[in-house]
Amino acid sequence: MAVGIVRLDNLLAVVMLSGIYSLISASLFVTMDAVDVAFTEASVGGGIATVLMLATLALTGDTEKPGKGKLQIVPLAAVTITGALLIYGTLDMPSFGDPMAAIHQHVAPRYIEEAPKTTGIPNIVTSVLASYRGYDTMGELAVIFTAGIGVILILGSGRRRDD
Amino acid sequence: MPMIQRHSILRVTTKLLTPFILMFALYVQFHGDFGPGGGFQAGVIFGAGFILYALIYGIEAAEKVAPPGIIRVVMTLGLLLYIGVGYFGMFLGGAFLDYNVLRQDPVQGQHLGITLVELGVGTTVAATMITIFFSFAGRMRRAGRSG
Repeated sequence: MAVGIVRLDNLLAVVMLSGIYSLISASLFVTMDAVDVAFTEASVGGGIATVLMLATLALTGDTEKPGKGKLQIVPLAAVTITGALLIYGTLDMPSFGDPMAAIHQHVAPRYIEEAPKTTGIPNIVTSVLASYRGYDTMGELAVIFTAGIGVILILGSGRRRDD
Repeated sequence: MPMIQRHSILRVTTKLLTPFILMFALYVQFHGDFGPGGGFQAGVIFGAGFILYALIYGIEAAEKVAPPGIIRVVMTLGLLLYIGVGYFGMFLGGAFLDYNVLRQDPVQGQHLGITLVELGVGTTVAATMITIFFSFAGRMRRAGRSG
């Protein structure tokens, strides 16, 4: 599917494919028991992002500019090297679901044991997001807010000023 | 958008679904501390339900329900609520975003703080999504008129 997204010239089809891709990854997250993430992926990736990209296409046009046709060596090399580095980085990572992995030894046990007691909230994800990591969530909210402001400033507020 | 007047199946389905989508968003918002979900997801679902309505029934109808000016004010109110809860905790003698001091019992304080903060997240996210969509739609309307 990713290959299809790269190869297609019709951007409408590309947007549709990426929406489907989001839904598939959402169901992947469900099978990995990350329901909160799946929720977000399905609504943001599959819903809002697709609608916004369609709106952009309606503004700009839905066919890709034809490329130069030549094989471009520098971008290809950059992509290959980055990909190789990323794969090299994963070699050191612990295997999936390993209970002795570093990430499960640091603060996670404390969250799991204490969060229901100190916050009185059964959903640990919520208590970590809103309480233990309150600053981060506030930053995220500020980012979303700034994004909204940015869109208003660039595209206008949606009102017609001239009539 | 006169062209859309014809799609009666879409219109009826949207009319049936919109209240349930908005209701589900509120459920995700306020049940987020027990089940999956939370402010961010709830806000996005609320915004998506609204955008669906605007897509089918036209921007004018949606703007009547939610005037863009008010939506922009709501967008700031959510963030202010979040920060306000943080400062209120400081006011009562705790640290910034310390919910333990909001009530006598720290556990209840945490619960109250998390609920309020999630409410702030939800309102800002929903309002931002709607605002961004309105901006795009307004741009499209202007582009459609000029060319």
